[in-house]
Amino acid sequence: MPTVKYLLMMNHAGKGSYELASWPRKDIQAHIAFMMNFAKKLGASGELVAAEGLAGPDQARRVRAGADGRPITDGVFAETKEFLVGYWMVDVESPERAYEIAAEASAAPGRDGVPLNMPIEVRQVMSAPPPDLMP
Amino acid sequence: MRSSSPGSRIEHLLRELAPRVLGSVIRRFHDFAASEDAVQEALMAAAEQWPREGLPDNPHGWLLQVAARRITDQARAESARRRREELVVSLVPPELQLVSSPDDDEMTGRDDALVLLFMCCHPALSTASAVALTLRAVGGLTTAEIARAFLVPEATMAQRISRAKQGIKASGVAFELPSVEERARRLGAVLHVLYLVFSEGYTASSGEALHRCDLSGEALRLTRLLHARLPEDGEVTGLLALMLLTDARRAARTGPSGEAIPLPEQDRSLWDAEAIAEGVALVTEALSRGSVGEYQVQAAIAAVHDEAKRAEDTDWPQILGLYDVLMRLSDNPMVALNRAVAVAMVEGAEAGLALLGPLEADPRLSEHHRLDVVRAHLLEQAGRHEDAVTYYRRAAGRTASIPERNHLLTRAARLADGGRA
Repeated sequence: MPTVKYLLMMNHAGKGSYELASWPRKDIQAHIAFMMNFAKKLGASGELVAAEGLAGPDQARRVRAGADGRPITDGVFAETKEFLVGYWMVDVESPERAYEIAAEASAAPGRDGVPLNMPIEVRQVMSAPPPDLMP
Repeated sequence: MRSSSPGSRIEHLLRELAPRVLGSVIRRFHDFAASEDAVQEALMAAAEQWPREGLPDNPHGWLLQVAARRITDQARAESARRRREELVVSLVPPELQLVSSPDDDEMTGRDDALVLLFMCCHPALSTASAVALTLRAVGGLTTAEIARAFLVPEATMAQRISRAKQGIKASGVAFELPSVEERARRLGAVLHVLYLVFSEGYTASSGEALHRCDLSGEALRLTRLLHARLPEDGEVTGLLALMLLTDARRAARTGPSGEAIPLPEQDRSLWDAEAIAEGVALVTEALSRGSVGEYQVQAAIAAVHDEAKRAEDTDWPQILGLYDVLMRLSDNPMVALNRAVAVAMVEGAEAGLALLGPLEADPRLSEHHRLDVVRAHLLEQAGRHEDAVTYYRRAAGRTASIPERNHLLTRAARLADGGRA
């Protein structure tokens, strides 16, 4: 298999609403510019499968099927300690390359341009073809 | 499988001709990207016109002329824009105004396809780029088809192909058959790329995977093309044999719901006897010539498996001997792992298990699920079912293949149930 897909999940450890909103304008702009440029670079290298940012956890609802199969929802989760901010799916030649991309995302600029170094969870997507199964 | 309607016959012909035409055009214009665009347009024109108007007398010449005209037009438009008319003159060789004779095309066309293959598998390119470019330029697959086969968006694959073309341009690879030494060096990369394309296709045939069968077929076709040009090369012959002998088991490899079926449990009546016969003949011929390489030995191992009428008839001592040879040719720890299985089959499970300890220390293998799979199998074989269940489950958690995970979990569950009963 020449390439393997990985899901890079950007988790945010802050409390309450995504704290990006409280940054000074120039820091927010620098952060957004970094993210857009990052996505463009991954696209140009032929490694980007998909990338999306997610709305904040104050918009999130948890859904479960009820006894009649109809959805039951709950939420909001104000006390959430860690949540998914967004993700990238990449198609790369080695796990090292996926880690490299994750590290670059992790270092996105925060307040005063200081790298956030936020944790990015890297998970392999299942789909690789099975090799010959052992007898 | 292939229907013989006029449309599909034309499609087949175009796929055969594409790399030869592309090779001829690149040889004349020295610009990979422009040549590729021009040939794509010529192929599209042919796909549209030929079914309606019938095949031209010389399909290769027809495509070549259309592509050359297209590239000439482009060069003219470009130079006009830059007011550099003299460039046109230098870009359009006089012989292009004439249609070359069919004999001429026949002679150079085939070698051009081979040169193209070497160009696309250049070591300067990343493996993923080389695979994509080979399928596009030599295989004649569209970007959309390649993207679908690798389950990535078309934009991703388009970027990968365009990077590969830039890589070729930047590395200054000349369009010519490399020298004999250089060819021997680069042949390794070519075979590797073809083997990767094949492996990608040789997988469980459920849902999306249907497209991937085409990849195995394409890899086989390109390897045949290479073998036709380099029949004396043992490793090319070995790889072709390995593909045939592996592909022969395709129909038996997966169950009705896409689950993987291991070799000993496969219904051997589903194996393709014709492909096995051809593969065995090829590997026998290659091995008789001396200078043994890895693909030949792997093909020989596949041949021993394929020639056993029942799993219990498998000649394990011979397979073990072949793994000993393979160990000397390769430092791949996977080979050592597979050899441990052969040792277990010849000398008993405990002998095989004893070999796994040292492999545990190899960083390339220690985290790999395959080590757990082999350990689980050998533990099961040794009757240590409880331990086997542990390792089957551990392997299931580590594999990235869904059919394999399902197989391992089922295996663990079966053993666990048996233990309780």
